[in-house]
Amino acid sequence: MKRSKLTFWGFLAPCLLCFVGFVLIPTLMGLYYSLTDWNGVARAPKLIGFENYVSVFHDSQYWYSFGYTALFTVCAVLLINGVGFALALLVTRKFRGATLMRSIFFMPNLVGGLLLGYTWKFIFTKIFPATNIPMLGNWLADNKTGFIGLLILMVWQMSGYMMIIYIAGIQNIPDSVMEAASLDGAVGMKKLFKITIPMVAQSFTIGLFLILSNSFKLFDQNMSLTGGNPNHKNEMLALNIYNSAFNSNQMGQAQAKAMIFFITIAIFSVIQLTVTKRAEVEA
Amino acid sequence: MKKKSILRSIWQVIYRVGLVLLYILPIAMLFWVALKSAKDIAVNILGVPTEWIGFENFSLAIERMDFLMAFKNSLVVTVVSTVCLCIFSAMAAWVLVRNKTKMSSFIFMLFSVSMLIPFQCVMLPLMKIMGKFGLGQFGIDLMNHQGLILAYIGFGSAMSIMLYHGFIKGIPVELEEAAAIDGCSTPGIFFRIVLPLLAPITTTVGIVNIMWIWNDYLLPSIVLSGKSELRTLPLQTYQFFGSFTTNWGVAAAALLLIMLPVIIFYILAQKKIIKGVVDGAVK
Repeated sequence: MKRSKLTFWGFLAPCLLCFVGFVLIPTLMGLYYSLTDWNGVARAPKLIGFENYVSVFHDSQYWYSFGYTALFTVCAVLLINGVGFALALLVTRKFRGATLMRSIFFMPNLVGGLLLGYTWKFIFTKIFPATNIPMLGNWLADNKTGFIGLLILMVWQMSGYMMIIYIAGIQNIPDSVMEAASLDGAVGMKKLFKITIPMVAQSFTIGLFLILSNSFKLFDQNMSLTGGNPNHKNEMLALNIYNSAFNSNQMGQAQAKAMIFFITIAIFSVIQLTVTKRAEVEA
Repeated sequence: MKKKSILRSIWQVIYRVGLVLLYILPIAMLFWVALKSAKDIAVNILGVPTEWIGFENFSLAIERMDFLMAFKNSLVVTVVSTVCLCIFSAMAAWVLVRNKTKMSSFIFMLFSVSMLIPFQCVMLPLMKIMGKFGLGQFGIDLMNHQGLILAYIGFGSAMSIMLYHGFIKGIPVELEEAAAIDGCSTPGIFFRIVLPLLAPITTTVGIVNIMWIWNDYLLPSIVLSGKSELRTLPLQTYQFFGSFTTNWGVAAAALLLIMLPVIIFYILAQKKIIKGVVDGAVK
């Protein structure tokens, strides 16, 4: 059955036009602007070659944010997946209230990043100091506790999400495998490490890359929790790009930073694709 | 032996309840503070209130951040964008699956690769196109709800088309061929036969897009900047917290109010939301 060309393009048109206009053309323009001295003022930007990229390489704040983001991503991947998996193990046991717990753990995931940031800002700056417990001061005034604060926020938000993904993985383990393991005397920790964890390996891959890209691109929560303060010490990459565009009006440089950001994400994604493909072949 | 098992079950109840409390605590704290007067908060933010002010903070928050207007704006933008995205991307995915040409696979690849582009890359060029730095590039004003909706169709198509594409591949083509022989036109085949068959995946696509668009801050902040009567809830949250963080009673009430629609939606459609979010993540 052959459909006319007209139908093909007609059906494709609404999505394709919006996509070309709002994603494709801006991306190509962005690539061009990263090579110009554009500063947001109406005059035509002048081509300056790779100068923006060179100055980004000498921008110590950018590399600080890069390091901060990388460290944050590693911690977030480990913690969120760990907590999510532990919650999944807990609520897949049969006891009264397990379903309710599931719903409660998942709920923060639906609340927007901006709201979450302000909610935790309230907890860290108002509630913590009021408790008069040592150690619980204003955590957002410093980059070490600010880092932990953002991590707590993200664990609170995302662990329920990971829990749902691990529940699906755990429920896919055939009952016969579990029974056979029990008959062979595998109980407790042994069963966990020898049976459950290897059987949900695929869920771990999903969880790993989901949190990886999520944390690396984190913006809303970072902006509303600390805004990168004090003194840009809590500023992650996405926020750094945003600030250099809107606070310093260095549009060309910000665009170059965004391009480097894009390339980093693309590299991660190629790695992800290779890993997932290999896992599928083995499975 | 028996004593030990009683101790164990007490311990189990304690840590399960503790865990749930830990997840509820931030929201419970918001409630506690939202019900207190400014004077009580100033004396001791954690203390028991000395006067009962009812829901005064909530009505103040509704008034000061123009909650009903922002809610209506968010609702219009989210619903219209999501409905358009579901229909348009189903149409696009259908012709992409059924036409096995080089052009069709090239366009599909283009959509897939575009999912890697971080928003920071297109943010600045988008502002230029849409007219932030002068009149719109094409003499059209897109800095309003219509422009925002078109932008969401552009940014959302890739993910939505991917989800539909995977689903449509599993639908046998014979049904469509039979309808064509019976004299059904191509649009007729799509809207009367194919679209109803896509219902399960449409739920997933719808939920993924609703959650994203409802909570999105960056895109509307760029498209609707400056136009206060068009602001959506996340924009209004940002504005409100820029100017009002001195009275935390009202601020906490505002946070709770903005969370409320999402929580109601979650309670009404919990199973579908969880399924939608997980399917969207795994694919």
